[in-house]
Amino acid sequence: MPGLEDLYREIILDHYKSPRNRGSLEPPAVRAEGHNPLCGDEIEVFLDVTDGVVSDIKIGGQGCSISQSSASMMSAAVKGKPIADVRALISRFKHMMSIDEDGPEPDTSAPLGDLEALQGVVKFPVRIKCAVLSWNTLAEALDIASN
Amino acid sequence: MSFDVAQIRKDFPVLAETINGKPLVYLDSANSSQKPFSVISAMSNFMEHAYGPTNRSAYQLAAHATDLYEGARAKVASFINARTPAEVIFTKNATESLNLIVRSWGAANLGKGDVVVLTHMEHHANIVPWQMLAAEKGFTIRWVPLTNDGLLDLTDIDALLTGAKAFSFTAMSNVLGTINPTKELVAAAHRHGAIAIVDGCQSVPHMATDVQDLDADFLAFSSHKMVGPTGIGMLWGREELLESMPPFLGGGNMIADVKLDGFTCAELPAKFEAGTQPIVEAVGLAAAVDYLTALGMNNIRQHEIDITRYALDTLTERFGDDIVIHGSRNVEVRGATISFAFRDVHPHDISQVLDQNNVCVRAGHHCAKPLMRLLGANATARASFYLYNTTGEVDALCDALTETGDFFTL
Repeated sequence: MPGLEDLYREIILDHYKSPRNRGSLEPPAVRAEGHNPLCGDEIEVFLDVTDGVVSDIKIGGQGCSISQSSASMMSAAVKGKPIADVRALISRFKHMMSIDEDGPEPDTSAPLGDLEALQGVVKFPVRIKCAVLSWNTLAEALDIASN
Repeated sequence: MSFDVAQIRKDFPVLAETINGKPLVYLDSANSSQKPFSVISAMSNFMEHAYGPTNRSAYQLAAHATDLYEGARAKVASFINARTPAEVIFTKNATESLNLIVRSWGAANLGKGDVVVLTHMEHHANIVPWQMLAAEKGFTIRWVPLTNDGLLDLTDIDALLTGAKAFSFTAMSNVLGTINPTKELVAAAHRHGAIAIVDGCQSVPHMATDVQDLDADFLAFSSHKMVGPTGIGMLWGREELLESMPPFLGGGNMIADVKLDGFTCAELPAKFEAGTQPIVEAVGLAAAVDYLTALGMNNIRQHEIDITRYALDTLTERFGDDIVIHGSRNVEVRGATISFAFRDVHPHDISQVLDQNNVCVRAGHHCAKPLMRLLGANATARASFYLYNTTGEVDALCDALTETGDFFTL
């Protein structure tokens, strides 16, 4: 059976203790929310999109270490990136979490950085939903922003 | 008769399972309970040697199956001291039992201006169906609040019940472990002309229940929480009340006659049992009732009082301020269900470390989100004990919590 260290890498605990980009953004920033009814994780994603780039992102909500650290790492990874890159990263992350969506194999050439640490989550299927929660919420925020 | 837990555990094959060489420490019986050999074999023997449909056919196999099914009903009726087996309706689960009350009694009796009283500690199954009906019928829902100890705050109970048509409450909270004064609450309801509906899911498996003594009007409970199989629930209702209610589900078995332009209902209990019933599960449930009766409900209760006392003491001793145990510390008014917060480790993370040690607890909102909000938590971890748990397992829980604390130095 996989050990706790496979799930709770140092980086994950670091992001949980000191989450990046916490807070909220006023309108016209977009807001999306998501939650895991099973375990009580809640996420708010606030996005400022300027000229097709995620110019600012803030994370709100509360939940387990996996959901919160994933959200924190996500915010650091997408801040300042063009929307197309962000969508590609969402797809790539979900693929890493074994949530294989229909569509072409995502481009895995660029390094994932801190996000690599979440790879261990797939060994604990019950926690995949926790890791993916913020990413699904981010996708929803992007959808709202593009309307 | 002494309560020999070691001997009892041998009756439950699952408890001998190991995962990665570690024994199973099952502390989630408030969610669902494990099954003894006698229940398992009753069901498989029935399917292997005697399976037949009930109440439909004229051959011996079917007659025998019918006897077993109705025999299960009679056993459940005895178990809760109902006046007659006709007052025991089999459903799919306790949630369906509560929906039956709301949809059948509720829809026929509640309208604008009427009041139903619930409590802040209710399970969603005793909240949502009422909310659904209230949206259609326009009646008001009032709530009995809680004390800081997790007991019902009955200071204003008479004001709350004034004008109420129904008071629906849990006999024991699945989160706080609080054992409510059911008899007094039923009496309070009746004083105000309201019917008393009792959610007995957590109480019936863990202590003696006597519906005549309680003087209740309805009692909902489920098989899988009382060492019986999933797929069968129970609704006990006062005969006159059930007679007066329209049917819930329509179909075969619940009719007397069907013409092109209408139908007439069957007698009780069939009136509320549409379609093929969970026959195999009823056979299992009968064996579960036998098992519990042989152990003695008072003995089970005493065992749980001892374990609860040990658990509350040990958790407090070992963790002090690091642990917040919700609900009362008085074992006379709280059962062996213990929800807690541990430092600032999220319940999901707590249950993860516990799972590494094969200690099974529930983490989440336990289908009581309004209560969670009152406790100021999105989720809690919950350990619940039953007749097959030991004080050694309390120690295993504590050891795993220590490991959790070491791991998450936040």
